[in-house]
Amino acid sequence: MSSPSPLPADSVGLVTPEDFAFDQPLALECGAQLNTYTLRVERYGKLNPDRSNAVLICHALSGDHHAAGYHAPTDRKPGWWEACIGPGKPIDTNHFHVVALNNLGGCAGSTGPMSINPASGQIWGPDFPIVTVRDWVHSQNRLREKLGIDQWAAVIGGSLGGMQALQWGVEFPDKLRHLVAIAAAPRLSTQNIAFNEVARQAILTDPDFCDGHYRREGRNPARGLMLARMLGHITYLSDAAMADKFGRELISGKPGFSFEPEFQVESYLRYQGNQFIDRFDANTYLRMTKALDYFDPARDFGGNLDTVMRKVRAKLLLIAFTRDWRFSPERSEELVRAALRAGRDVSYACIDSPLGHDDFLVPVPAYLDVFGGYLRRVAEECA
Amino acid sequence: MSNTPLRSDLAMISQWIKPGTRVLDLGCGDGLLLAHLAMSRDVRGYGLELDTDNISACITRGVNVIQRDLDDGLADFDEGSFDYVVMSQALQVVHAPHKLLGEMLRVGKMGIVTFPNFGHWSTRLSLALGGRMPRTRTLPAQWYDTQNIHLCTIRDFEALCREKDYRIVDRAVTDAAHRQAPGHRLMPNLRGEVGMYLLQRNHP
Repeated sequence: MSSPSPLPADSVGLVTPEDFAFDQPLALECGAQLNTYTLRVERYGKLNPDRSNAVLICHALSGDHHAAGYHAPTDRKPGWWEACIGPGKPIDTNHFHVVALNNLGGCAGSTGPMSINPASGQIWGPDFPIVTVRDWVHSQNRLREKLGIDQWAAVIGGSLGGMQALQWGVEFPDKLRHLVAIAAAPRLSTQNIAFNEVARQAILTDPDFCDGHYRREGRNPARGLMLARMLGHITYLSDAAMADKFGRELISGKPGFSFEPEFQVESYLRYQGNQFIDRFDANTYLRMTKALDYFDPARDFGGNLDTVMRKVRAKLLLIAFTRDWRFSPERSEELVRAALRAGRDVSYACIDSPLGHDDFLVPVPAYLDVFGGYLRRVAEECA
Repeated sequence: MSNTPLRSDLAMISQWIKPGTRVLDLGCGDGLLLAHLAMSRDVRGYGLELDTDNISACITRGVNVIQRDLDDGLADFDEGSFDYVVMSQALQVVHAPHKLLGEMLRVGKMGIVTFPNFGHWSTRLSLALGGRMPRTRTLPAQWYDTQNIHLCTIRDFEALCREKDYRIVDRAVTDAAHRQAPGHRLMPNLRGEVGMYLLQRNHP
């Protein structure tokens, strides 16, 4: 057997998650309350003496606290945002203390549907409350207090993570200096909600779902979860990127007249779906999509996004990707317009890139330039 | 780009801008003007720019920049929301310069415009004697791959201002290096290579 290759020099290297327990009740938007909860966290880079260089990373639909580095030298893959976090990368761990967490309702170690409900002694399962972006931001603020960080240098996220960053700006305007929202939107489009509904129905109608009590029943709605993930992956790539990546040649060269995967894109989607069921929980997936659907910070302000932006004190960097049709540039530009009208300090770049929504996860050079250039200034302010 | 304190055209534009004001810079390039104005005159503002490398440069300088095609107009900006709207060397590349000028003076209390003067004697001579589309210091591109689709002369521009009832508050006509010489004052449309204007709506 060959020994594992050394970890790349521009990686944060081996990292260990930490658990933080909270015993002050957290009131949730749905009316329920979590009396105690745990957040699983990873931290990279040194906190400076005046504790001014901490940045918070908010994860997207299927992400978690493992944003960068490796848990073991034998890990096949690094954290989900390895492209952007590490020494010399845009979120430069030589300058920043990076905090990433698994959100409440998640399935990677923070309190969620797979945890034990202290009231019943049983797994929460479907009884775990439906949490919102605002709930997450409030729990993240508790984490900030526990870590002794007065103010984030920046709160950063892509997609659903970008929505959390925006909510931070509105909810705790004086607790962050910069807000970076990438491939985000002020709220989901109707079409996006429709995609989420199909994903949820795939899970909810899986015979193994058992009204969400599948773990108690020793079952797993893997088919539903796999379908939900396959649908998601279709929307994360542009038509052109899919064509480039997989083409439409038959793998065996001629039609097999069967329902086995014959096109590469079929194998890709099945692979992605299968990978997902091993690491993700169906009840969590349902909750993440609901958090997306409900997100609408303008709802409390008569639908006026300008008023939302007037609450924000942080300086903003917004980035979109030309081929992204799930969270299109037009959606980011709605945020830009509101920020301009509110007179906020804002910069916006629309990166010409190949993939689509997935581009926020990959090292597109122009993206890294803009992102890194902005954060270098943020780092200089911390010094 | 030189490391001199400020490019000469930007220095001239800066003279027109009062401290503590709000500026929108259309086609702001690498953000040099806005960075200079922020530092020297406590000016706040935004640049609009299309090119991604320039966007990066602006951001690295700490200049607020929005990626935007000037041909998409300024509908996002409220009337009178800026003290000055600047457009340096971009008038000739936009699809509808007259409309954009109107937009500039809607959004800004004052407008600052600079453009290459197509009436300069070298352009005239080149076309009259050579019979070819002029290529000069300020307009070096070939006719088929130039971005300059709406070239005008000093007199053309001033005629447009009269037609639209824009007041020319101040004017500077210079050579390509933005130096002023007596000849520019005497025969601006023949001797000037660059026209620079500070404009205002007569009837807001």
